[in-house]
Amino acid sequence: MKFSIICIAVGACLSLMVCGCGRHAGTSLTVAGSTAFQPFAEKLAEQFMAKRPDVNITVQGGGSALGIQSARSGAAQIGMADLVELPPEASELLGVTVARDGIAIIVNPENTLTNLSLEQIRGIFQGAIQNWKEAGGSDQPIRVVSREAGSGTRASFETIIGGITLARKAIIQDSNGTIRETVANDRDAVGYLSHGLLNAKVKAIRADGVECTENEIVAGRYKLVRPVFLLSQPPSAGAVKDFIDYILSSEGQETIRRNGLLPAK
Amino acid sequence: MHQTGDKLIKWLLMALAFTALTSLLLIAIFIFKEGVPFIARVGFKDFLLSSDWQPQAGHFGIYPMIVASLLVTLGAMLVGAPLGIACAVFLNEFVPKHVTRIIKPTIELLAGIPSVVYGFIGVVVVAPLIRSQFGGPGLSMLCASLILGVMVLPTIISISTDVLASVPNAFREGALALGATRWQSVHMVILKAGRSGIVAAVILGMGRAIGETMAVIMVAGNTPQIPHSVLDSVCTLTAKIAIEMGSATGAHRQALFAIGVVLFIMIMMFNSIAMMAIKKRFAGK
Repeated sequence: MKFSIICIAVGACLSLMVCGCGRHAGTSLTVAGSTAFQPFAEKLAEQFMAKRPDVNITVQGGGSALGIQSARSGAAQIGMADLVELPPEASELLGVTVARDGIAIIVNPENTLTNLSLEQIRGIFQGAIQNWKEAGGSDQPIRVVSREAGSGTRASFETIIGGITLARKAIIQDSNGTIRETVANDRDAVGYLSHGLLNAKVKAIRADGVECTENEIVAGRYKLVRPVFLLSQPPSAGAVKDFIDYILSSEGQETIRRNGLLPAK
Repeated sequence: MHQTGDKLIKWLLMALAFTALTSLLLIAIFIFKEGVPFIARVGFKDFLLSSDWQPQAGHFGIYPMIVASLLVTLGAMLVGAPLGIACAVFLNEFVPKHVTRIIKPTIELLAGIPSVVYGFIGVVVVAPLIRSQFGGPGLSMLCASLILGVMVLPTIISISTDVLASVPNAFREGALALGATRWQSVHMVILKAGRSGIVAAVILGMGRAIGETMAVIMVAGNTPQIPHSVLDSVCTLTAKIAIEMGSATGAHRQALFAIGVVLFIMIMMFNSIAMMAIKKRFAGK
């Protein structure tokens, strides 16, 4: 009895492996990197493949650092990176800004505070300001929630507000979603996440008096904005160029806007 | 004909058995190959005993994570071991056999619940409770210990009940014949007779607790600091690896493998101690 179950399981695994090896005909592209842009890339790839059945695009996550690394090594034809400053090793790659993303500072809806200056944000995330009272709020300890080391969102955030070292006591969460949950559940928490992922469970705070909305970001008044780069080996040609061109076309940009990111221009 | 079939099955089974062994070996080789050179380069002391973890700046100290893993595991044992052993004693000594036959599989079913479900309950129920009752961030060592304590129950209970069931009935009868009450026979005779087996059960539970990842990431808060109270957020070794693996490259990635080496050795140690305890028990008979 047990043996036959094992046999079936082994057989199933083997057949899965065999099926997995099947390749589609035509050009295949691998896009890897930023987890924040991954769902957008998947959507865009789907639309692009509907138009160009000869191209097969696989989208993988892995983070911005991995995106740069795999574009350099050739493991992926296109790397996605959402960093304010690309690291020096990316200089040999061709980078195209395909979208922009605002980083919203979020607090619990019960928090009465509505505005923080960049100076205050810096102080809070560095651990210099530890009580909401010091930032104009009620007398409660501040609980900083941040992304993990190596996250593109965190690297961008830290660069934009001025090269800080994160407070030691910060709680670490490994995705935009869990940051949002943590802040939504904790009255004293403050965190940051991609503007496209804001919802009613958390409150976005004004930075230097400017609200985190699409209009303010497009107008250039909201300062916490990072670009999303697609990186490829020069010279850009063939399916890689076609796909990037498609993303930059009005249809591609409209998809990006509709799903919560901001167009490149 | 029969002979050929027999042989075929024998070879097939042997191949399957070796697949398991080989994959264990390959995993071990891979982790050590990536991790050990890193530890050698950074230095044993700077890696294990420094509390500065800043991958971007090239600081890789995992001391807070080691402390956190051990403390969370200890906490889980403080919750899980008394509960588990008490439950095993109850099931073995105080309840008719047919009731045990229903309750024990039910408890073992607990082991089948995905850890993300435990973590979710921790985030939604336990952490807010801790936050409102005791203060602090809620996502804390206490929360992780409570959740893990429940998660190790199936391991501890099922091994302990087996151990207690294997204590010969003559021991019970002897104790009762000498005028001991049921409780006296339990704690003076039966638990003593099964001691090493119960120790093994607890140690295997520890191995489970220290290796648990998903639930801990969700409830521990993942702050890489040395905790000053049970209400502080902590980051365990497993959580560190899982959280940063996705975005780590270069030395950072190797550092995570090196953490894997440390975990590997710790869990090996736990399992060896448990096995020794079990062996001692059967050797003593």
